[in-house]
Formats: sequence, C-alpha cells, structure tokens
Amino acid sequence: MDNIAGTKSSLTWAVHISVAALVALWLFPTVGLFVSSFRTADQIATSGWWKALFPTEQSLTLRTADPDTQMSVDGVYVIEGNLFTGEDLSDEIDMSAWGTSSRDIGAYAPGDTAELRDGERITVQANGDYRLESPVEMEGSRGQRIFVTAELPPDFTLENYQQVLFSGNATDSMAKAFFNTLTVTIPATIIPIVVAAFAAYALAWMDFPGRALLIAVIVGLLVVPLQLALIPLLKLHLGIGIGKGYLGTWLAHTGFGLPLAIYLLRNYMVGLPRDIIENARVDGATEFQIFTKIILPLSFPALASFAIFQFLWTWNDLLVAKVFLIDATGQTTVMTNQIVELLGTRGGNWEILATAAFVSIAVPLLVFFAMQKYLVRGLLAGSVK
Amino acid sequence: MNPAFQGLLTIAIGVGGCLSYFYFSNQFLDKVLFPARGPNAGKNINRANLVRPWLFLLPAIFALGLYLAYPVVETIRLSLTERQTLSDGTTIYNFVGLANYAQMSADPKFWEALINNMLWLIVVPAMSTAFGLLAAQLTDRIAWGNIAKSLIFMPMAISFVGAAVIWKLVYDARPPGSEQIGVLNAVYVWLTGNDPQQWLTTPFWNSFLLMIVLIWIQTGFAMVILSAALRGIPEETIEAAIVDGANPFQIFFKIKMPQIAGTIVVVWTTITLVVLKIFDIVFAMTNGQWGTQVLANYMFNQLFVARDWGVGSASAMVIMLLVTPILYWNVRNARKEMR
Repeated sequence: MDNIAGTKSSLTWAVHISVAALVALWLFPTVGLFVSSFRTADQIATSGWWKALFPTEQSLTLRTADPDTQMSVDGVYVIEGNLFTGEDLSDEIDMSAWGTSSRDIGAYAPGDTAELRDGERITVQANGDYRLESPVEMEGSRGQRIFVTAELPPDFTLENYQQVLFSGNATDSMAKAFFNTLTVTIPATIIPIVVAAFAAYALAWMDFPGRALLIAVIVGLLVVPLQLALIPLLKLHLGIGIGKGYLGTWLAHTGFGLPLAIYLLRNYMVGLPRDIIENARVDGATEFQIFTKIILPLSFPALASFAIFQFLWTWNDLLVAKVFLIDATGQTTVMTNQIVELLGTRGGNWEILATAAFVSIAVPLLVFFAMQKYLVRGLLAGSVK
Repeated sequence: MNPAFQGLLTIAIGVGGCLSYFYFSNQFLDKVLFPARGPNAGKNINRANLVRPWLFLLPAIFALGLYLAYPVVETIRLSLTERQTLSDGTTIYNFVGLANYAQMSADPKFWEALINNMLWLIVVPAMSTAFGLLAAQLTDRIAWGNIAKSLIFMPMAISFVGAAVIWKLVYDARPPGSEQIGVLNAVYVWLTGNDPQQWLTTPFWNSFLLMIVLIWIQTGFAMVILSAALRGIPEETIEAAIVDGANPFQIFFKIKMPQIAGTIVVVWTTITLVVLKIFDIVFAMTNGQWGTQVLANYMFNQLFVARDWGVGSASAMVIMLLVTPILYWNVRNARKEMR
C-alpha cells in the first residue's frame, strides 16, 4: 500500500520519523538494562546509563604518594609523581579542574599552584603529573587528597557476568537456576507436543460422534485461568506422593499447554490436502503409519510454532514454578524466582540485578530472533491464549 | 538423582511411553481385538475405526480432565469449604456455604484488587490495541518496516519478571540533588525542576506505571495480528476510495477499520485474558503494596501467605467468573466456524 503514502512525500517522512520514535521508545528500556549490566556499581549509581555511551565528566578522589617517598632537593621536601598511577584508567586523561578541598573540588585549573597548610604548595598538570613541595618534612601515613574533574571515556566491564555466573555466591548465582530452568523447560515443551499431535490428528481427520463437542470443550479450556488449578493440583500432587518437584512441574506444564497445542495443531492439520491422506488409506497404510509418516512431517511448521510458544512460556513462567517446584530448601529455584529474590535482597544493586535479568532473557531473545517466522505464524493461527 | 539426568529420563519415558502407547494400542486393536481377516473382516475394520479415535485422544483427554477440568470443579468445592486440621493431624474440609465469599467481600484489599483489575481491563487492552494498530499501519508503508516490527515485537519474548526489572530501572528514584539513574525521574527533574518522585509508591498512578509494562509487552502481539489483517484487506476497496478523493485518514478510519473490526475484537479479548491473569509484574514490582493489588496476586497471597485455601479459591472463582463471558464467546465462534 505504498501508493497511498507515496503521493505525499511529507507524509512519508512523518511515517519514517514516527516509526523511528516508536521503535526507540520500545527499545529504550531494554537497552538500558543491557548497558547497565556492563557497568560497575559505582558507575551505575553516579550517572544514568544513557551517559555511559559517551565520554563523561566525572570527579575522582585521588591521592598523592605517601609522605615517606619524599625527597629533599635544595632544602625543600618534594613528592613528585602522577595522580593516575595505579588507577585503572586509560592514558588519554585530560583533566579540566582540580581542587584540594571537598567543598570546592574545581578550585584550580591544570598548571595552577595551590597553597596548602604548613606552607606546602602543590602544582598539578592536566595529565595528572604533580609536584608537592614543603619547606619542612611532611608527616602522616597517607598522601594529600586531590579532587580531580576529568572527561573520562566510556568504560565497560564483564565483572558482573563473572559475579553472576561463575562466582558461586549462593545469593547472586544464576548458574544453578539457569540449569534448573532448562531442566523444567525441555521436557515441558516436548511431552505436550507428542500427546497433542495424536489428539489433534484424531480431531482433524477421524470421524466419530462427539468430535464437535470435544473441540468446543478444548476451545473453552484454552481460556481457563491456571490460577484455578493451583490448589487442587498441589493437593493432588501432595496426596499421590509426587510432592513438589520437577515431575509435578512437567505434568502441570503439559496439562496447561495441551489446549493450545491441540487447537493449533488441529487447525493446521485440517488444512492438509485430503488427497494425500485418502491415497495412503487406499494403499493400505494404517492410521498410525499415516500419522507418523505423512501428517507429522507435513505439520512441522505448526509443531515448531507451538514448541516456541511453550518454550517461551515455560522458560518465563514464575507462578507454576513457585507453586509446584520450589520447596523450602530452594535447591530447585528457577531464574525468574531467583530474580524476584534478588529484587528483595539486592534491590539497590543494579549491576547484579541487571546482569541476572539479562542472563535470563538472553535465551528467549535468541529463540525469538532465530525463529520469529514460526512464532508469527503460530500467533496468526491461534490467537487465543 | 541429578535433575538434568532426571529430565532426560523423563523426556525418554514421556515421549517413548506416549509413542509406544499409541503404537501398541493400535496394534492390539488391529491384530487382536478386531483383526481385519476371517468372516467378520469388514465389520471388524469398521469397529476398529470406531474405537481408534478414542485411543488417539485418551492421553490428551486424561491430562485435560485432570489438569484443567477437575480443578475447576474442585475449586468450586474448596471455595465453599473451610480447611481444618484435626488434633490427630488429618485435614478435613467443612462445608461453610458462602462464608468464604462473605469474608472476602469484607476485605478492603479484595475490593482494591477488583477495582484495579477493572482499571487494567480498560487501559491495557485499549492502549495495546491502539499502539499495535498504529505500529501495524505505519510499518506496513516503509521499507525497513519488518525490522521495526521485529523490534517492537521483541518484548513478547521477555518474561514478565525480566520486564519488571527493566522497568524498575526506568522508574528508579534517587534522593533529591543526586544524579537520577531512572530515565523517568531524569526527564521529570530536567523538565520540571521538581524533586524526583518515588513513582512506584505513589498510590493510584503507580498502577498505571505497572500497566505500561504490560502494554509494552502486548503491543507487539497486537501489531503482528493487526498487520496481517491490514494486508488482507482487498486492494480494490482502497483504490476506489482514493479515486473518490478520500484522504489517508478517511481511508484508515472509514475503509480499513470496519474491515478489520473482527480481528480487533480477537486481539482485544486475547489481551483481556492475559490481563485477567496478570500476576508476575505486580508480584515482582510492588507485591500489591501501595494500592496496586490485583486479583491474581491477592489470590496468591491468600493461598501461600495467609494459607487460607477457602478465600483463595473464592478469589480464583472471581477470576473464572470474569473469564466466562470470553469463554462463552470463543466457544460460540468456534462452533459457528465448524459448521
């Protein structure tokens, strides 16, 4: 429908700009989290993440060398050196101002000389070189404090990922939760597909009394809120001895995923060409053979669509895991639950939170971008759940 | 046993069990029960074909019955009973009539949750559909529309919990005077010069900030469906409108909108269902404090914090009641399509 907008170029520009604005608005929050996960706690706390991408003016608190490094030159005691020595900074620093008091951190320009108490004088150059002179021997165990204002280049770190994935720290660790999530997700994705595929075939290609009613029931079950199932099923699981654990979680996810699976697959299978199936029947194939040799391969797009839905849903789920999986020991925690707990214990530590959250959303995002085609197709086929 | 190993074993047992069930039950039916030979061959084939659908359906019907249908009935029962632990450790359920519902309706938190849910029901589907329609209409006209769509659709893959963290950073507040690290406060302070606000603890408006998270997620869904619907509109109707001198806005509102009205309803009801069950976002961001309670979170609190199964089930029934009109409408439509 380009021809409509194409007649008015001003409108086309308006469209381009509005789409760009919309995309920016939608992307902005996620990018914020992503950028924050590569910054240190100090950086996150002192400046907004959007400033992290550009050189920023920052104030640093540094010290001169210790008094015991002073040398006596022509009757004057001198300490010389570079303020940035030992700091983890790149070498292209160009300070714009410095000071010796926390009340006025930008009192002097580079190259100026400041008078300190006891007749001490200090000169600091733009590159951080300093010269501290004193008529008498300097005392104390630590060097003179210098406040420096400088433009610093963007600086990123992988330390947060190290901390979250490999530190082994029980409260921060996502590694265990990552594998637990994977353990929940894979069986919970595969089993409903198998069960649903057979049922969908029967509903699509076999004639039997009650078929229409059964389909209606499945459409109805599609919208039953899973909140209703929590207590009765927990009661059931505890009653028959499954208790809280992976088995119960897999079963629950299978049950909750089935209506959508059957609905999607049936709708797809109904559309397969009748000739192929009837020819196979005439040639003496059994229904089981027709299903495994013809229907299943042909239904691959629908199977893939549902697999993505179910994968995203089980990976991102919090409620089912909280009710059916996570027991008092916390050994079986999943990533979503781990993040909620981090929100409680580490509410202000954005470097840990952002990194943990990004670890958990990275896999679904990969799946999303790799298999978007099937996801869209599935959505169009069964936009009910 | 290592859970990963247990997982693999479950896949093997689950998938293998299902497949061998289907295979052997079919074999049994065809070879033993109703063999297609002998004097009754024809009759037997017909009989086997009568039974076979139920073989294919049995596991699914069993799972659906146990995991979805039975809980509905059981929840109704539990909502009318009170759990009591006897001195010898056994638990019994006493029938108490509508006492749980009465207790619930006396709880101001319940009404807060219900009113908030109604607000969510109005705001989220409307805004998501509107933004989705806007995005669909705009991206269909430009060359890089597919990339734009993909990026707007992306939040769909992010968990509600992940989204909660993402947006908590946006709403973050630092004490007045210090650098704001949340975008919302940074913009607010920059524009108005006022002190930064603790957005999530400001009653009434904080509910809308939580809704924004869900709108952000659901817009992509609405966009994808509506975009397909817009493409399905016959070109002739639009060309005719252009010939008649309609401007782009008239074309959109008078020609396109009426033709995709059915799809808009589907999108709207689908998002409504998500909203009715919304739990994770509220749980992770405010846990229902500061006037943001919703039904699903209220129910979770009743079940697992207050441990009152009766009131918990009653609030689950309220959610079910709110879903019922959509359930009815969906079933009716499905039956209409089948005919």
